[in-house]
Amino acid sequence: MTQVSLLQGIHMKNGKIKTRTLTKATVTVRAVIIFLSIFTFVGPFLLKYAAIDWPTAIVYTLDNLKMMFLQPAFNQITFSTAITQILITLSLAFLATILGAVLSFFLAISTAKNLAPASLSNAIIAFNSVIRAVPTVLWVLIFAIVAGLGAVAAVLGMMLHTMAYLTKAYAESFEEIEEGTIEALRAAGANWWHIIFHCVVPQSASYLVSWTFLRFETNYGVAIAMGAAAAAGGIGFELFMSSSFYYDLHEVGMITYCALIVAIVLEVMALQIKKHLTTH
Amino acid sequence: MTTRNFLRMKKWKMTGIIMLLLVITYGSSMVTNFNIWQGVKSVPGTITWIMTNLIPDAEAMANLPKVLSRLWETIVLSVIASTTAAVFAFFFAIFGSKTTQLNRPLAFCTRLIASIFRNIPVVAWALVLVISFGHNVVTGYFALFISTFGTLVRMFVETIDEASADGVEALNATGATYFQMVFKGVLPDTMPQMLSWLFYMIETNIRSATLIGLLTGTGIGYLFDLHYKRLDYGTLGLITLSIIVIVIAIEFTSNKVRRMIL
Repeated sequence: MTQVSLLQGIHMKNGKIKTRTLTKATVTVRAVIIFLSIFTFVGPFLLKYAAIDWPTAIVYTLDNLKMMFLQPAFNQITFSTAITQILITLSLAFLATILGAVLSFFLAISTAKNLAPASLSNAIIAFNSVIRAVPTVLWVLIFAIVAGLGAVAAVLGMMLHTMAYLTKAYAESFEEIEEGTIEALRAAGANWWHIIFHCVVPQSASYLVSWTFLRFETNYGVAIAMGAAAAAGGIGFELFMSSSFYYDLHEVGMITYCALIVAIVLEVMALQIKKHLTTH
Repeated sequence: MTTRNFLRMKKWKMTGIIMLLLVITYGSSMVTNFNIWQGVKSVPGTITWIMTNLIPDAEAMANLPKVLSRLWETIVLSVIASTTAAVFAFFFAIFGSKTTQLNRPLAFCTRLIASIFRNIPVVAWALVLVISFGHNVVTGYFALFISTFGTLVRMFVETIDEASADGVEALNATGATYFQMVFKGVLPDTMPQMLSWLFYMIETNIRSATLIGLLTGTGIGYLFDLHYKRLDYGTLGLITLSIIVIVIAIEFTSNKVRRMIL
């Protein structure tokens, strides 16, 4: 009896202390892993495959990758065209980011739990999750029916997703602001806009900048995809033309390298901005 | 510097940044021929258009079985591409993370490979694969796999770096072998966070599968493209609605699971 009371809270089995205890979380983790593993093994059998000649396809792929990465060359377009097209892609990404960021700011101050009423906040969250549920390319194509394919449809479609993403990020950083600061300002007689511009914005400015730039980096990738899938222009469109119309994999490789360099530069910049802001 | 000067400096700096952003915005609109007023004007038009045309009618409902089977294909592709990519990403992340790396050159190489996979646009992979594998689910699978792999390595490396530095040190001090350290120390610590990232990727992949489907002729993206080109807007509405429902359902389940395991 005394031994039991001494060891209260320690689970024993065959005289050994059990180091693993089953909590709700570990059970869920295991169940999820088992489910996903079974699905992964069964899943491939549920799909319909067209006939593939595997050996040929693999040899083709390796051959294609060799043409793409080891022998890149410009044939249909020139180097300066590629630079201009990348500039267009960057501009599309920038416009979508800046317009989305401005709208997100206003939506976020109406979403943050410490600044806005709960009903308004929940309405905006629901609105955003519906917007996010539709893939960007579908938004672009839907806008294109009214506005015509081009920069307007591309920027609007990309802007919607930027807005849904940044509103959440901004609102979360607004919610981290100490309640005391806001209360003090309120007690001093500051109105709502004073609180926003003299307390909320300065305190969360570094987060806002780093989230916005991160989204700009993402939007560059999205803009390439929109150029290819929705013919919205830029380097993605050239990529689509050279692979699906000219079957010129040397050029696909060259364009990919150009796009890759810009993407890596953006990623390094985003990391630097993040590091710079968090050390301050 | 007095307070007044400091505030004035700050004000000038802010004005400068805003001016710079305005100049870049103007420049970008010139380069892309984007007209902001045209953009604003087309929004109400699009909303009325969605309200009037994108409603699935009886004729569209006849396509429901076809839509559901394509949707199922998209879901299966997204899940299996994410899970298999996660297994590979886990090993890459173990070798790439600062706390569990074997040696520095190998860590650098794994991170570089992941960065290249992540930054080459998904579109480029899809377009190359479609040439060799044709319009086939395999193409969609590989394109999703490659992009998921690149992203997950980055997420997993950050998770391992953040979660397990102390645990690894303690295990090393007790003389645990490398594999004991990884499977008894790192894995249990980081598993919930990694699963959470995996769910996030499954969600993201259902959205990207639409885009990749458009390019490679698979899944729900192919069907959307087909009916878009036929101007069959009723079916288009049905497809869009089914995507909305499935994405929100998956988001809801993954949020629930995430809350249970974290």
